[in-house]
Amino acid sequence: MDFPGLLAQLLNGVQYGLLLFLISSGLTLIFGVMGIINLAHGSLFMIGAYLAFLVARQWGTVWLALPAAVVGGILLGLLLERGLFRHFYARDHLDQVLLTFALILLFEEGRSLMVGNDFYSVPVPALFDFSVPITSGFSYSAYRFTVIGICLALAVLLFVWIERTKMGAIIRAAAEKPEMVDVLGIDARGVYMAVFALGTTLALVAGVLAAPLYSVYPNMGDGFLIISFVVVVIGGLGSVSGAFWSALVIGLVDTLGKAYVPKVAGLAVYVLMAAVLLWRPSGLFGQQRT
Amino acid sequence: MTQARSMLPRTRYGRIGLALGALLLALVPPFAPSYYTELGTYAMISAMLALSLQLLVGCTGLVSLGHAAFYGLAAYTVYLITPANQGLSILITLPAAVIAAGLAALLVGSLSLRTKGFFFLMVTLAFGQMMFFLFHDTKLGGGTDGAFLSRPILSLFGWEMQLNRRQRPMATYYVALGLLVAMYVGLVLLLRSLFGRVLEGIRVNEHRMQALGFNTYRYKLAAFVIAGLLAGVAGHMWAMHRGFVNPELIGWHRSAEALLMILLGGLGTLHGPIVGALAYTGLTELPQVMEEWKPFASIFNSIGLPKVGAFLQPLSERKLLLEGIVILLVVLVLPKGLSGIGMPRWLRDRIGGRAPARMTPASAAEVRPNG
Repeated sequence: MDFPGLLAQLLNGVQYGLLLFLISSGLTLIFGVMGIINLAHGSLFMIGAYLAFLVARQWGTVWLALPAAVVGGILLGLLLERGLFRHFYARDHLDQVLLTFALILLFEEGRSLMVGNDFYSVPVPALFDFSVPITSGFSYSAYRFTVIGICLALAVLLFVWIERTKMGAIIRAAAEKPEMVDVLGIDARGVYMAVFALGTTLALVAGVLAAPLYSVYPNMGDGFLIISFVVVVIGGLGSVSGAFWSALVIGLVDTLGKAYVPKVAGLAVYVLMAAVLLWRPSGLFGQQRT
Repeated sequence: MTQARSMLPRTRYGRIGLALGALLLALVPPFAPSYYTELGTYAMISAMLALSLQLLVGCTGLVSLGHAAFYGLAAYTVYLITPANQGLSILITLPAAVIAAGLAALLVGSLSLRTKGFFFLMVTLAFGQMMFFLFHDTKLGGGTDGAFLSRPILSLFGWEMQLNRRQRPMATYYVALGLLVAMYVGLVLLLRSLFGRVLEGIRVNEHRMQALGFNTYRYKLAAFVIAGLLAGVAGHMWAMHRGFVNPELIGWHRSAEALLMILLGGLGTLHGPIVGALAYTGLTELPQVMEEWKPFASIFNSIGLPKVGAFLQPLSERKLLLEGIVILLVVLVLPKGLSGIGMPRWLRDRIGGRAPARMTPASAAEVRPNG
C-alpha cells in the first residue's frame, strides 16, 4: 500500500461521499419533513446525469447543464409535489413506495425513448481537464477537486439555510415533531414545496456533476438510490448533519474497500449499516420514531 | 391508525370465488400451450413468495425488503445437497430447503427485529444483500453466473414417478398449485388462531399488546421464521421448476418484486398477494401480447386515424411503460389494490352474500319471505 495511492483513494472516497450527500440530503429532508419515502430520488439523479450528457452532446461542454439542472430541478420538484406527492402525505408509506416505484419505471422508459439504452461517456469540462500535482509523482484530477469544492459549497449553503433562516427552523421542527408544527398553526405547504424543489434540485445537480466521472447508463439511479438510503438510515432519518457524516463514512468505506479488499467490498457497506442499526436502532443522529 | 380488519374473505361468495379461482388454475395445463403452463408455474411460485411475505407485511405490519434471501437460500440449498447427476427425492429436498430458510430467518429475524419501521426495512435489506454477496462473490454456488442442478424428483418410499420431458412441467405445475393452496389454507388457520389475533393486534397497536402482557418480540420473531419457512417452500419450487440457481434469486430486486405484488394485489387481504402475483406476471407478458395483436394500430386504422395508431402502438409494446402506468393507476384509483375491486353493491345485495352475523332482525325479516 503506497502513500500516493492511498491519498488518491482517500480523495476519491471524500468526493464520492460528498456526491452521496447531495443525493441523500434531499432524501432525508423529504422523508423527515413530509414523511415521504421517495424511491424516485435515484431517477432524479439519473435525469441530472442525462441532462449533462445531452447538453455536452449539443454544445460540447457540460457547464450549461448546471443552471439547467437548477431551473429544471425547481420546476420538476414543484410539479411533482403539487401534482402527485401532495395527495400522498396522508397515505400509507407503502402506497408512496408503489407510487414512486411507478415513477422510476416511467422516468426510465422516458430516458429510453429519448436517448436509448446505450452507455455514453460524458467529457470532463475542458477547463478542468488536467491534473493537479500534489507531490512529485502524484497528481490528482482537477475535475474531482472541483466536484469536492462545489459539493462543500452547497453543503455550507444548505446548513446556513437550515440552521439560520426561519424556514430552516420550521424544517427542523417538522423533521423532529411534525405534530407540533401543525398544532402551532404554521402553514407548512410552502415549506413542503420548497423542500421538495430543493431535494430535486440537489439530486439533479449531483447527477450533472457525476456524469463526467461515472458516465451515463440505464438504471444508473438504482445503485445510487440504495446507497443513499443506507446513508440516510445510518445518519438518522431527517437529520441533514447525520447524512453529511454518514455519507463521508460510506463514501470512504466503499471506495477504500473496492480498492484494497475488492472481494468483500460489496458486503462492507451493508455490514456497516447492520452493525450501526443494531447498536443504535434509529441511526447515529436520529431520534426514536415509530 | 390502521383499522382492525379481517384479512380473510368475509362472505360465502368470497370463499366460493377463491375456490373457483383455484379450480380455474387447475384447468390450465391440459388446455393451454405448454408455454403458459410454465408461466403459470412461475406465477404460482411468485404467489407463494408474496403470500409468505404477506404474513409479515399485511398481517403483522413488518415491511421486510430482504425476504428473497430465504427464497434464494432454499433454492441454493437444493443445489448444494443434490449430487451432480442424480436428482434427490422431493421428500428430502423440500424439508432441507425449508429448514435452511427457517434457520436463516431465525438468525436474521432475531437481530433485525430489534429495529422498527423504516429501519427494519433497511436492516432486512442489508442482511439480504449480505446473503446476495455471499453467493455472488464466492464460488459456493457457481458465483455470478449461477449453476444448474438436477431437479428434485417426485418419489415416495422407493416408488418413483416416471415423467418424460413433456409431462414434467405439468407435474411441477400441480405440485406448485397444491403447495400454494396448502399454504393459503394453512395461513387462514394460522390467522384464525390466537397467534394470528396477536399478530393483528401488533400491527394495529404494538404498545397495547405489550400492555396486555404479550411478549411481542417473540410473536414477531415467530411470524418472521414462519414467513421464512414458507419463502423456502417457494424457493424450493423455483429450483424444481427451473433447475437453475443464480444470485438474482436473492437480490433486493426480487424482494422488492414480492413487495410490489402484495401492494398491487392489496395489503388488506390474504388472497391479495396471489392476485397481485398473477397480475404482475401477466403484466410482464402484456408487451408480447400487444406486439402480436397490435390492438392500437388496428383500432385506430379502422376509425381512420392511422397516425394515432402508429404513435400509440409502439408505446404499448414497451414493458416498463405499461408496468408503470398500470401501477400508477392502481395506486391512484384502487387504494386497496386489485383485490379491493368488489362486486357492485347492487349485485352483492341482490345475491345476499353477506355473513349472517351482520344481518339485523329487520333485514332478516325482509329476506325471509323471498326464501
